[in-house]
This record gives sequence, structure tokens and C-alpha cells, in this order.
Amino acid sequence: MEARHPTRDYVREEVLPTTFCPGCYNGIVMNAMALAFKELGIYDLRSYVFVSGIGCASWIPNPYLKADSIHTLHGRAIPVATGIKLAKPSLNVIVIAGDGDLASIGGNHLIHAARRNMDILVIMVNNLVYAMTRGQQSPTTPQGFITITTPYGNFEKPFDISRIIVETNANYVARWCIVNFPQLKESIKEALAKYNRGFRFIEIWAPCITYVVRYEGKTAGGALKEMSKKCVPLSDYEKLPMEKRDGCIAVGVFKKELKPSFIDLYKSYVEKAVGGVNGI
Amino acid sequence: MLKPRVPLEEQKVMPVNGDEAVAYAVKQCLVDVVAAYPITPQTIIVEKFSEFVANGEVKTQYVPVESEHSAMSACIGAAAAGARTFTSTSAQGLALMWENLYIASGLRLPIVMAVVNRALSAPINIHCDHSDAYGMRDSGWIQLFVENSQEAYDTTIQAFKIAEHPEVQLPVAVNLDGFFLSHTLENVYMLPDEEVHRFLGGYRKLVKTYVDYLNREVEYKLDPANPLSIGSLDLYDYYFEHKMPQVEAMKKASDVVRRVNEEWYELTGRSYGDGVIDSYAVEDADAVVIVLGSSAGTMKYVASLMRQKGFKVGVVRLRMFRPFPFSEVRELLKGVKVVGVMDRGLSFGSYGPLYLEVNTAFYYSKERPLLVNYIYGLGGRDLSPAMAEEVFMDLIEVAKISEVREHLKFIGVRS
Repeated sequence: MEARHPTRDYVREEVLPTTFCPGCYNGIVMNAMALAFKELGIYDLRSYVFVSGIGCASWIPNPYLKADSIHTLHGRAIPVATGIKLAKPSLNVIVIAGDGDLASIGGNHLIHAARRNMDILVIMVNNLVYAMTRGQQSPTTPQGFITITTPYGNFEKPFDISRIIVETNANYVARWCIVNFPQLKESIKEALAKYNRGFRFIEIWAPCITYVVRYEGKTAGGALKEMSKKCVPLSDYEKLPMEKRDGCIAVGVFKKELKPSFIDLYKSYVEKAVGGVNGI
Repeated sequence: MLKPRVPLEEQKVMPVNGDEAVAYAVKQCLVDVVAAYPITPQTIIVEKFSEFVANGEVKTQYVPVESEHSAMSACIGAAAAGARTFTSTSAQGLALMWENLYIASGLRLPIVMAVVNRALSAPINIHCDHSDAYGMRDSGWIQLFVENSQEAYDTTIQAFKIAEHPEVQLPVAVNLDGFFLSHTLENVYMLPDEEVHRFLGGYRKLVKTYVDYLNREVEYKLDPANPLSIGSLDLYDYYFEHKMPQVEAMKKASDVVRRVNEEWYELTGRSYGDGVIDSYAVEDADAVVIVLGSSAGTMKYVASLMRQKGFKVGVVRLRMFRPFPFSEVRELLKGVKVVGVMDRGLSFGSYGPLYLEVNTAFYYSKERPLLVNYIYGLGGRDLSPAMAEEVFMDLIEVAKISEVREHLKFIGVRS
């Protein structure tokens, strides 16, 4: 039997190859997602809708995934996803977008969807820059990073976006580096199955291969090796003294809960007000 | 010919693309604040400019904001505090700025913005058309369109002078075609810095305004020594009156654009028509096209070839779209049999915005040419010389039968 890459079952083969740069970590994100679906026994994505904004990561679902997907405006994936979920709560709505999209221009939507515990899964591929427009400094660019708009190093403090979402009403928050493939896959499975309600947020630390990794004169492999040293499990990270935390990336599941979601609360609200409504 | 104050041999030739030409122009304009957000095909402008800032080549404060809405907001704040400000954007970025565009013009803040023209979504497209610029036509901004990178450089510098002119005090958008100009290398002549400084009269000069509660004239800027409340609630009692100076300023802008074009000619030896309209072989023409932006180059080239074959055709390039030069267009095209209006963008359910303006220009004149609207180049579709010839031949046919059978035509689209 011909060997077949597991991701291909979920990908529109007629639009391959992807537009990603050679070595781009977006492919790893695609694989993690595909394997998560496969291991959960989900082969038919008909009850799933993928929503993305503008940026490199937003290309993962649209046009490549064999599922309904909508490529929206820069930063506006979450409001569109919210609309879809409210119109048809039986759909599983997944947002896949980048840090430039979700943490920058769409930052407001992100925190408010999290505050509402809106029933969507948000996968944020954090490539540390605005990669699609050639790697300008973004709100997630670490201090000291050399980018095309910060030729002598970024002096602004970045967001720790997962920490921000932990502080909201979100049900599930996890962060993984692209080197933590098994954990990432398990995390996606968890957010799709066991913790399938409320706002679920998975941040994936995946530096842009072109404008971060190669821009710093590193190779894709070398960057992965370096990254695996930098990734520290959350429990170990918290034991580190403050001065040693610099440059480390805390990875793990920050939060997993099954609090009532927006849809749950909305249902009971409608129930209380008018005794329920069709379709919800 | 008059010898320019800075002859060509004293100007520096730089091989730059359109975006870089704008960045180099802004570098020389003593700009206090630049705030912008990356968007293709504008990005190079601010990228290049951030390099000047980082290298200490300019004293500008550069703010890498988190969205275009914030970019325009930051420019409004800076300009209201008296700063000379610049930003640039394209397509969706411009659309996101929309509500702020009206604040900038309504508060009479002379912000300069380079709009690198790109098609609006959906579907997503990063290439050139004028749908973004048409979207802001009613926002009270002066809109200038350039044909090449040299003009992008020249016009960016002129834009500060036009915007800050005491009789104008309005924001100016300099439109250059995405990719066709923004990403194409060209040799551009640049002035020495001090000549640009002299042309602009140094840093931004503020106009004075009488303030009743202070009972004196003060500079129009946010200044704790002379506190002003700007942008306050203004209902049916005064709002209408406060819009009238904007109407007047727009009327005066045409003359200022023309005068600045003349001054530029004296300084550099370069001018673009009369500053408002740049025409080619219109005098004896039977068929003329009106066009905006870089396509004018193709149209002029094809017109010159057709002239050799004996067809009397001409080209009008509008350099200024807002305020619209109604009487100038009417005067220039008096006696022409047929005029083709070329729009790189359209108002769905209507015609191209440029066509509507040209119709208005001719409505009251007795000698009205026949008008045909050609929509071309949406989403960056190239206007080839063959398509340009198709337009001219179509106009010649219309002139022959003296009748327009189809007012709205689409050029270069597959059926």
C-alpha cells in the first residue's frame, strides 16, 4: 500500500504546494491539527468551520483545509467566528490566525471573546513579527529582536498573550513551542474533545522562518534545537528565580476548566426570559 | 526655458521604487511624527522611514502602532498638537481609517498620507486599483494622483506645502499605484535637503485663530498655555456653519495646487501640467480619454502611436481628483467629440466615480461630448497597449456614429 501522509486526508491536494516559505513551521501546525482530528476519529469536518484573518497563519485553513473556511479581514477572525457560532451553535468553530492578527489589530476582540467565554477554539500561531508584510516589529516581538523596522533591536515590551487570556474568563489556555509536537497535538485534542466548551486558546510559539530565524542568520534546524532548550514546562518555570526566567518560554496548559460557556449562559438567559428559543 | 534654481545636474539621481521615493521625500520634509501600520504594498515606505529614524538621519518620532485606525488617530493627535505628520496605507488599512479621515479634515489638520492604491477585499487582493481612493472621496481630503515615481517624490513634498497653506489647512492624500509604481525601480531626481526645507519654509507653521473665551488670537494647536477644546459636540445649532469653511477651503485648494506646481517648476524644472490636469495632445483631438494614475503613461504611449497612424486622439490625466476640477475639464475638452472616462474601480450599481464627476462637469455646457465609461484593471489587471488601443478605437467608432450604445464597458475582463 502506498504510504500516505496523514495530513493529506484533511488538505485540498489540488491547491498544493502551500505558499509558505520553505521550512515554515505552519506546516507543523497543520500536521498537529490533522493528527489531532485523526486520533479523535474525526474524518469528516462537515461540522467544523475554520475562520482566519490576514497573515501567514491565516492561510493554514484557507484555502488548504478540506472544510468550510472563511478568510476575513485583518484582526476580525474572532467576531466572524462569534457570529457563526451564535447563528448555528451546533457548529464547531475554530479560529486559526497569527499574533499580528489576534494580539495586535484584533486584540480587542480577543480579550472580549475570552471574557465572554465564547464557544470557539482559537489557535494563535505566534511567529513574533508581522511576517506577511516582511517581518516588521509587532506587539509580540521580544525585546532586543532585530526586525526590519527595529534595525538596532526592539525596545518595546511585548505582550505575553497567553498570560493575558489566563486572567480572563476563558476555559482553556495552553502554550506550546513548535518543538513540543506531541504535547501540542494532545492539547488540540483536549480542546476539541474533553474541554469542548467555552473559550479555548492555544498559543503556538513558531518564530517566522524567514524574518526571525534566517534574519538572525540561523538555520531552521538550529533554531529548533535552540528553542527546545528555551522551552521550560510551566511547573519548572515557576520554580526559576526571576533573573533566570529571561529568555525562557513557559509552556504547558495554563488553565483547563469547564465553566458554563457563553452559549450555556445565553440558553439559560433565554429560558428564563421567554422559556427558550428554537435552535439554541 | 527658465533655468531652475536647482538645475538637474545638482539634483541627486537615486534608483528607487515608488515607495522609497516617497520615503526619501518624507525624510527631507522635517516631519515631526510618523505613525503607521504595515500593509502591502505600502509597507516599504514606513520600513524605509523607520531605518532613517533608527539611524538618526531624521528627528522624527516614529510610532509603530497596532492598527491603521490607531495610525490615523496618532496622526490626528500629533497634528492637533502642532506637529507635521505623515502616514501611509493601502486598501483595507485606508478603509479601517475611514471614520478618522473625517476627523482629520473636519478639525482642519494638514496631515499628509501616501495611499498606495490597492484593491479592496473580498476576495483578498493585494494589487492595484483605485477602489480604496474612491472610498475616501467624500471625506474632505485633497486627493492627488501621480503617474510615476518621480512625481511621487515631487508630489509628497508639495503635499505638505498644499496641506499647510493658510488658505487650505486640509489633509492631503498622495495616491500612487500599488506595485506598478510602489515596487518598480526608476531613476528619481532628488533635491538637496536644504532646498526642500526652504521650499516648505522650515518646520510646520501654525495658523492663528480667534478664541472668544481667551479674547485673542492664538495658534491653532493644543497648548496648555492657551487651552483649546477641539472636536467638541456641535449639533444642529452650529455644525452646519462649521462645515462651510471646509467647503471654502476646498474651493481654494485648486489654486494652491496650481501655484505650488509653478513654484516647484521654478525650483526643479519639473511640473505636471498645470498641477491639476496634465494633458497630452488634446488640442485638436476628436477622441480623448480621461484617466488617473500610472495608466496615463500607457495611454499617452498608445495615443502617440495612433497619432502616427493619423488618428486624432489625446489623453487627459487628472492629477487632482479632490477637489474635482470641473471647470478646467469643461474648458479643456470643449469641442471634443467623444470622451472616454477610464475608471480603475466602480460604484456597484452605478458607474465609475470619475465618470460621474465628468458627467457633472459637462451637464451645464451646451457643447457636450459623448461620454463612455470604461472600467479597467480591477485587482491589478494590467492595462496593456492592446487594451488601450481597443479603448481608442471604440471611441473613434462612437464618434463616427455619433451615438453611445453602451455607456458602461469593461476592458480586459474574461466572459
